[in-house]
Amino acid sequence: MTARPDRRATSGARWRRLRALMRKEALQVVRDPSSIAIAFVLPLILLLLFGYGVSLDIRHLPVAIVIEDMTPDTRNLFESFSNSPYMRPVSMTTVRDADAALMRGDVNGIVVLRGDASRRHRGGSTVTAQVLVNGVDANTARFVGAYARGAAAVWLEQDLRRRGQAAAPGAVIEHRVWFNDEVRSTNFLVPGVVAIVMTLIGALLTALVVAREWERGTMEAMLVTPASMAELTLARLAVYFVLGMGGMTVSVTMGVFLFGVPLRGSFAALALVTAVFLLGALGLGLLISAFARNQFVAGQITIVVSYMPAFILSGFIFDIESMPRAAQWVTALIPARYFVACLQTLFLAGDVWSVVLPNTAVLGLFAALFLGLTALSTRRRLD
Amino acid sequence: MWGRVVALMRKELLAIWRDRRSRAVLIAPPIIQLVVFAHAATYNVDNVRYALVDEDRGQEATELAARFDGAPAFIRAATPAAMAEAAELLDRQEVAMILRIGQTFTADLKAGRPARLQVLLDGRRSNTAQAILGYAQAVVDTYNADRAAAAGREVHTVVVQRAWFNPNLESQWFILPGLAAILTLIAAMLVTCLSVARERELGTFDQLLVTPLRPFEILLGKVLPAFLIGLIEASVIVLVAVGWFGLPFHGSLAVLYLALTMFILAVVGVGLMISAVAQTQQQAILGAFLFIVPAVILSGFATPIANMPDALQVLTYANPIRYVLIVLRGLFLQDLPVSLLLHHLWPLVPIAAVTMTAAAWMFRRLQ
Repeated sequence: MTARPDRRATSGARWRRLRALMRKEALQVVRDPSSIAIAFVLPLILLLLFGYGVSLDIRHLPVAIVIEDMTPDTRNLFESFSNSPYMRPVSMTTVRDADAALMRGDVNGIVVLRGDASRRHRGGSTVTAQVLVNGVDANTARFVGAYARGAAAVWLEQDLRRRGQAAAPGAVIEHRVWFNDEVRSTNFLVPGVVAIVMTLIGALLTALVVAREWERGTMEAMLVTPASMAELTLARLAVYFVLGMGGMTVSVTMGVFLFGVPLRGSFAALALVTAVFLLGALGLGLLISAFARNQFVAGQITIVVSYMPAFILSGFIFDIESMPRAAQWVTALIPARYFVACLQTLFLAGDVWSVVLPNTAVLGLFAALFLGLTALSTRRRLD
Repeated sequence: MWGRVVALMRKELLAIWRDRRSRAVLIAPPIIQLVVFAHAATYNVDNVRYALVDEDRGQEATELAARFDGAPAFIRAATPAAMAEAAELLDRQEVAMILRIGQTFTADLKAGRPARLQVLLDGRRSNTAQAILGYAQAVVDTYNADRAAAAGREVHTVVVQRAWFNPNLESQWFILPGLAAILTLIAAMLVTCLSVARERELGTFDQLLVTPLRPFEILLGKVLPAFLIGLIEASVIVLVAVGWFGLPFHGSLAVLYLALTMFILAVVGVGLMISAVAQTQQQAILGAFLFIVPAVILSGFATPIANMPDALQVLTYANPIRYVLIVLRGLFLQDLPVSLLLHHLWPLVPIAAVTMTAAAWMFRRLQ
């Protein structure tokens, strides 16, 4: 009977201590503008930059059109390019001029219709349209090639039909792009951008701030107080967690209202996934700072393990399934990958639990791993 | 004067080389990143898993499905009986495309009516979706042409496509020069921030100021080691890109090193400016970060500058990566004539001049 009130007293004292520590961390955050800046200003800037700067939607791409024999018929081909929001046709008289323009990078592709095209067409013999693309940017080249091929093919067909020689119809593709009808690249990029921004914030918040405490010696000062390392870490985690969720709110609000990305999933699912991811990201930051113990190495490791891998290996822009097998294995080690998959589904498709739950479970594993390792490495240091 | 500068340079290089961690950070990560990222950063779409919903079950439908199975880009992952089942697979991202052949497909073809088939794609990955649609269209085009030829009809219209400089549209060739520039940028930037910000935080910078070294000499002593390390880093990356990845190199070495020199000088200038402003290493790292992230985005490395809004496009003109990227791609893939390369290269000269002058000015104010 006597043990009970004692235990209650210790747990009460522990709770009071935790509250005091959290208050201390919160005050530190409020007084030092750098963590507030990382949590709220950084997502604002990064989202604006990525949201507008990273786009795969081609617009007004200059394409040289060489029609050697300009007749009303062939002019139609030129106009079918002028009416497109993707292309900006530039009329050129000779293939030679167009080649030079392609070389200079003034145009991204060339469509050539030879001088005898109309005559051959009338005579019923085969007409060839030539499409040349600048292959340096393979992705844009593929798009320009497909568009130009399609436009040239449609024109050739129409021309034939006008002469009453309609070609026999064959199989025709009707396509629909689910979850993203207008095929806006913004819709699939912005959820990925949110994931990258959160990766950066989570790691930067803890890595830099905690490394600074080690460097300045204030960490050792805290260790001589009755507060245990676990309590310190917990208090810090709680405060940065709130900051991180605030950053996420800023990012999601901008994604929906500024970039017009639909949010089809529920807030509850979004909050759950974010919370689990954030625990992992903060844990990684804590781990880096516990390992590095100085700001320079912490900063370098943060840049090396967070930004570039999240950019390239998360599936945010480069499709994971198309990577070679070995590279796919490497992506399995990147937490951002699972967060990107969850966010893309939650934003565009809705609460598809068969996608969200397995990915969240992996994120939970990462969080447990990073936090566990942090606990281990800090405990060892106390010995 | 040169004796003093060389002594300072030696000290800088030794300081970096003697520290095991700094040495490791300079050598291992760039090479690992180059190899991993160059393999991963691909816009090519391969191994497209698709679900076939054949409601027609006629001979023509089977023939068309066989064409898809035979195409190297496609792998049939499932053949669900009903559309609802296929939709579920797409929801779960187990397939990237559903090919639905409607009930009247064979009948329509036989009757000479347009025979419609549905291709459903996953818009969560819209860039991939567009590439897949292109592949599907190519399969159907060949199918139509073969049918027309088999029926003895003459094909009247042909569109021929060729890609210059990169005939197989390998996106690795597009990414590698960009990675070379960015990894060099990160290394050169970090070295500059490392040397000055740490000395300021530790107070040894003041000691440097009371030595016989003049401010200009200190500046040179800081610039040259970072420049040297950046240049060596870039050379190693270029060697790996050509030797390991088989990136074709058509251009002249002189132009390559001219471009790299101007680029690294510009970047080192930015790094010095940041470390002149920063009071602590943390601020220096954040500053470097705030330069690197936008500079990578606004360079045309991953997505074309032409797709950006006009206001952002204007910003890219101040970005040194933009120019070095054009020149590197021109050298590696396009074999551009030297006059054109110099035309793309010259903006790096004023950029480097501005960043170095600004850094020198800010350094004088430090005393």
